[in-house]
Amino acid sequence: MNALTDVREVMRRDRVWSFLQEDQKEVDVSHDVILYVEGLNLSFDGFKALNDLNLYVNDGELRCLIGANGAGKTTLMDVITGKTAPDTGTVYFGQTLNLLQHDEADIANLGIGRKFQKPTVFEAHTVFDNLELSLKQQKGVIPTLFARLTPSEIDRIDEVLGIIGLKEHRFMLAGALSHGQKQWLEIGMLLMAEPRLLLVDEPVAGMTAQETERTAELLTSLAGEHTVIVVEHDMEFVRSIARTVTVLHQGSVLAEGTMDQVQNNPDVIEVYLGEAP
Amino acid sequence: MNQLMRFTRLHGDSKVAPFVAVLVILTALASLGNLLMPQDSIFYVSTYTITLLGKYLCYAMLALAVDVIWGYCGILSLGHGAFFALGGYAMGMYLMRQIGDRGVYGNPELPDFMVFLNWSELPWFWYGFDQFWFAMLMVLLVPGLLAFIFGWLAFRSRVTGVYLSIMTQALTYALLLAFFRNEMGFGGNNGLTDFKDILGFDLQSDKTRVALFGMTALLLGLTFITSHKILKSRMGKVIVAIRDGESRARFMGYRTERYKVWLFVYSAMIAGIAGALYVPQVGIINPGEFSPLNSIEIVIWVAVGGRGTLIGAIIGALLVNYAKTKFTAIMPDGWLFALGAMFVLVTLYLPQGLMGLLQKIRGDKETAKPVETTQAQEAKA
Repeated sequence: MNALTDVREVMRRDRVWSFLQEDQKEVDVSHDVILYVEGLNLSFDGFKALNDLNLYVNDGELRCLIGANGAGKTTLMDVITGKTAPDTGTVYFGQTLNLLQHDEADIANLGIGRKFQKPTVFEAHTVFDNLELSLKQQKGVIPTLFARLTPSEIDRIDEVLGIIGLKEHRFMLAGALSHGQKQWLEIGMLLMAEPRLLLVDEPVAGMTAQETERTAELLTSLAGEHTVIVVEHDMEFVRSIARTVTVLHQGSVLAEGTMDQVQNNPDVIEVYLGEAP
Repeated sequence: MNQLMRFTRLHGDSKVAPFVAVLVILTALASLGNLLMPQDSIFYVSTYTITLLGKYLCYAMLALAVDVIWGYCGILSLGHGAFFALGGYAMGMYLMRQIGDRGVYGNPELPDFMVFLNWSELPWFWYGFDQFWFAMLMVLLVPGLLAFIFGWLAFRSRVTGVYLSIMTQALTYALLLAFFRNEMGFGGNNGLTDFKDILGFDLQSDKTRVALFGMTALLLGLTFITSHKILKSRMGKVIVAIRDGESRARFMGYRTERYKVWLFVYSAMIAGIAGALYVPQVGIINPGEFSPLNSIEIVIWVAVGGRGTLIGAIIGALLVNYAKTKFTAIMPDGWLFALGAMFVLVTLYLPQGLMGLLQKIRGDKETAKPVETTQAQEAKA
């Protein structure tokens, strides 16, 4: 029976054998879906971090992921960006790109950018250099050795400096920035790379109300051209930006819909407020 | 504008040209002092001093090699003596072949130690070393290849930190044991010595000594400028980024292991060149150069001078070795204690080394104002 399933898997009619596929770098979004996550399972020492998780994200969407600690949000991001390999399941970027076959650097170059929970900017570099390194460019050893900043690249960096409001600080070491400024610099670094899909982990942690507002504006303006997935605990913030919200619970999707739908969903209420049905 | 100036000063942009100029002038003065001045003049520089200075410069180049990977990429190699010694052995093999039939046993083909071991013909890996160009190629290729294989295996498996340092120690220790064996064909315990001449010039003559010293200074200057250029390029920025946040750099699409491997190879090649220049000036190469202690000493030179600044590494190597020469003359047994004490003191009180101290002193005087304005701007924003 097993052999038969194997043969069926190999002879699937909806898929071309991987070795016949061209090594393409362009994401195919002809069906309007940019990210397919199907049947993802991952356990660490018996703890099921991801439990048969399915998630589909449309091209140009702004999606919020919420869930309690340990619900699998960050693990999901790790899997998508190639940091962790799942036990079973598939992750496709567009119609054709199997992300599980690529490593972190490849996935980044395919157009998936990630912002970490803790702002990680390169503190020994200036703000300007941080952005220069994030440019969408050839990232091999030799090309970077001989790379020169072109005028259009400088313009692009200036533009992003304007967006993130760090124009006056361009020659300051990133280590000397305040926490909120670092968060913004990291968002700027994401913008420089012009990714198709942005994974943003807790963008407003440690920001003032004003900064939060500006971040919300920025993320909303990004959607459309880019696809944005935001993980956030701040419900107020989620409400202000999200059109679609996905609630994760114990490694799988609990509910999905608009903020109001999700908040009135009995499952969500039970999990969050612990009410008996 | 203040910020811009502060930035360039922090990165030591303008220090390269003056430093190379000082190096060239001092080398020229010392060389002239040896060749032109009469022996009783106060400007006379003895050949012993010339050779000693040449040796220091070789060490400085070695420190530069370690600083490139430790200071800028955070790879603490405790086995760089291995690459230095391999370069030295390649040069030594060439010098051995140059002896020809002037050896004790007068064999035109085989070096003395092979005759002594009753070997009848040259081992295959000694072929080609009678050619200078081939030997020089090997000076670069052998350390480079070893660094490539080692680096490729280690960095691809994402070995970092202390584990990597221990592996580099093991590497140099393994080579030490291997080169001690007579069957290896590198002269065993005694190593290679009794050199006569290089490219037809007598190694004992003053002119050859001065030429070797000048060559060392020249190559030190060249490797210094090249390293500076590499580290100033975008590649250099990626390398520093890898030092400060490797996984972040990876998520930005840089294949960090490739950067690390190539930088490691580059650094090993500089170490090899330093070794090749060292051997004809000192007149001997033996397995002792592979000893783990030597490699640790290099790290101390860099730490004293200030890691992450190329000039710091060079100055550290020169100062510590000068101190070693003086100290071992006064109190031979005390040197290792002094070295250990120096390392502890530098780590505790001067984490940035002498260059850091210099910057701090100057920074206190000069940058007080710009810092203030920066903070003011931040407050406004």
